[in-house]
Amino acid sequence: MRASVKTAFDKRLEEAKSRPATIVNVDEVADIVKGIVNSLEGDITAGEAKVYSELDALAKIIRNAKSEIAELRADEIRQRHLPVAQDELDAVISATEAATNAIMAAAEKIETTAAAVGGEHGEQLSDAVTGIYEACTFQDITGQRISKVVRTLRQIEEKVAALLAALGAHAGGEGEAAEPAAVAAAAPAAKAVNATPTDAELLNGPQLPTNAMNQDDIDAILNG
Amino acid sequence: MAVDMNMPILIVDDYKTMLRIIRNLLKQLGFDNVDEATDGSAALQKLRQKDFALVISDWNMEPMTGIELLREVRADAKLKSMPFIMVTAESKTENVISAKAAGVSNYIVKPFNAATLKMKLSAVLGQF
Repeated sequence: MRASVKTAFDKRLEEAKSRPATIVNVDEVADIVKGIVNSLEGDITAGEAKVYSELDALAKIIRNAKSEIAELRADEIRQRHLPVAQDELDAVISATEAATNAIMAAAEKIETTAAAVGGEHGEQLSDAVTGIYEACTFQDITGQRISKVVRTLRQIEEKVAALLAALGAHAGGEGEAAEPAAVAAAAPAAKAVNATPTDAELLNGPQLPTNAMNQDDIDAILNG
Repeated sequence: MAVDMNMPILIVDDYKTMLRIIRNLLKQLGFDNVDEATDGSAALQKLRQKDFALVISDWNMEPMTGIELLREVRADAKLKSMPFIMVTAESKTENVISAKAAGVSNYIVKPFNAATLKMKLSAVLGQF
């Protein structure tokens, strides 16, 4: 490669490397690669020709991936669908809370009546009210489960934002570049194996029935 | 020794509905003297202002969680021997182990029923 050409490519590469990693422009990378390969034409070996072919294929894969991501309209998922889903789930929490409070209020009235009735019938009413109170704990569990889903949606939103930023904010139209914090949040955190869990790691909310320990399991640990 | 059914009990949960449920269940069991707080820091403030005989607390609350409240209680010379029952949906082994290490008196996993609440209260306070 001629020295002047090499210097020009070095300069472009340095310029590209000096920018934050999350906003590398895919087209620019492809252009640089293609430019380098083109500069080798005329004096390349068979091995270099293979490299040329591989790089060309790589550039095509990058372009195809970008095109497919653009078709997904990732910006629309991030800006419209995810927030709507979160709002809907928040509304479910509010509605079930209101319904539970209405049920509780009715049960409390029955309990007052049960005391006035007294005797066997009063006791039967009181037992039924206890059953209603116990059943109403569903609202807390349901609310916590939905909150977990909302948190998951927020994480997806951050990852989509990071993806858009990595693609130079062109996939799907008017996508915005992600904040560095969102990009950092999208990266998996390194964690030591068998480390004592932090308080934040202990906030997992309700487990699915197949994963959850029951009261007997918990008592066994406490009394062990 | 007979359990004082008029003992002041502090229940802590960020779900108002759950506070209402626990209060009503306690009332059915005969405990009428119940106060409420919606997170650990509000509970700690109440515990330092008034004498309580028992704390029943949720785990997952903001800004101060139940486990943080438990540690504060156990580190406070005046409060350290107070019975503390955790009532939570956090049912992973590491949660129970952490609560035990922090000095929890008993642990109830949500959803729970009145019989479990009575059994755990009896284990902590004595039969009533």
